[in-house]
Amino acid sequence: MADEVVLLDFWPSMFGMRVRIALAEKGIEYEYKEEDLGNKSPLLLQMNPIHKKIPVLIHNGKPVCESLIIVQYIDEVWKDRSPLLPTDPYQRAHARFWADYVDKKVYEVSRKIWTSKGEEKEAGKKEFFEIFKTLEGELGDKPYFGAETFGFVDLSLIPFYSWFYAIETFGEFNMEAECPKIVAWAKRYLQKETVAKTLPDQKKVYEFVGQMRKRFGLE
Amino acid sequence: MAKNDVKLLGIWASPFVMRARISLNIKSVNYEFLEETVGSKSELLLQSNPVHKKVPVLIHGDKPICESLVIVQYIDEVWTSGPSILSADHYDRAIQRFWAAYLDDKWFPAMRRIRGAQGEERQELVDQVVEGLALLEEAFGKYSKGKAFFGGDQIGFIDIAFGSLLGWLRVTEKVGEVKLLDEAKTPGLVKWADCFCADAAVKSVMPETEKLIEFSKFLMAKMKGAPSPKN
Repeated sequence: MADEVVLLDFWPSMFGMRVRIALAEKGIEYEYKEEDLGNKSPLLLQMNPIHKKIPVLIHNGKPVCESLIIVQYIDEVWKDRSPLLPTDPYQRAHARFWADYVDKKVYEVSRKIWTSKGEEKEAGKKEFFEIFKTLEGELGDKPYFGAETFGFVDLSLIPFYSWFYAIETFGEFNMEAECPKIVAWAKRYLQKETVAKTLPDQKKVYEFVGQMRKRFGLE
Repeated sequence: MAKNDVKLLGIWASPFVMRARISLNIKSVNYEFLEETVGSKSELLLQSNPVHKKVPVLIHGDKPICESLVIVQYIDEVWTSGPSILSADHYDRAIQRFWAAYLDDKWFPAMRRIRGAQGEERQELVDQVVEGLALLEEAFGKYSKGKAFFGGDQIGFIDIAFGSLLGWLRVTEKVGEVKLLDEAKTPGLVKWADCFCADAAVKSVMPETEKLIEFSKFLMAKMKGAPSPKN
């Protein structure tokens, strides 16, 4: 029986992008369904009644929610190819710790920057630089967070690359100047076809964020 | 394995530390518990968890593992001869991780805030927590399949993630004078809570509610205490 895989998603979502990259890495065919978050589909509400959020992976009719949980699920089900997590338990714990760090810190602080002004924005920027400094420390001299090849942590962070232009423009700073190692890492990772084809264009995301800012009365 | 091969940095009152202890107990792993002093962080803690500087930290050999749910999964993956904590089925594992994340991201943060909140805000938080318990009651009915735990006959990942929070739930009920776990509304969970607390892996590490209340008063007093210079 062929697998039926559906992804409920929203194109600028960094969380959705993680799942798209994982599916592309594993070469899994799936149906992509774009959600209008202002008017959520009955399918989304049925499949994720608790959070009502995307992404949701529906595998043979059964929903899996929360992007990092979905990525681990994908890795475990389609385990015969392109592993996303290491096999060693300590390496796995290390990868989970850092993916959790990205989840807890990066999204919130990025959002703070593009949704605020004045002092609040400056505080957001300070925090942002601290967080990315920590990430650069973890990356060290490795080509990827996963060491020789990309892995779980790389995958959890790379979607933010598509938001960098929006964040640095609205934040009034330069990503490459502030976080050179991260930008170099991202460009290296973007040489992978699966990633390059999956991530939306930075200018498109910038326009989207601009529209959101207008709605929040920031423009 | 030598006892000092496995160390756990923690505080007796922390529900997150309890998760690690329950998991080690389930696997019958001997470990050295290094109690941190509240209000000061040991060199070992700062070295082994420089990012968050928090407990629990599991130190296996010389390798530190941080974040309670990461630690629980690590324990499950390393000590494979003991009973499994996560399901062998991929989908069930995803569900278990989902509920643990729900507890940590939504339910527990709301519950923690009840005591410090007032008026409308407080009522909203209580409503959120009670709604969450109704969802957990439904989940319990589905996953326990009539057995004692979310994990079936034995304690599993959701039991550990949720059960570790029972101590502070009871503190909130007593000090906050609010009924959260109600036998009329969530009879399954009330029974489950008793089974969980009576389990051999849990009994010795579940703190008494009265002691937690004292501890929480101590913490509140410390926070309101004389300001000390920050360095």
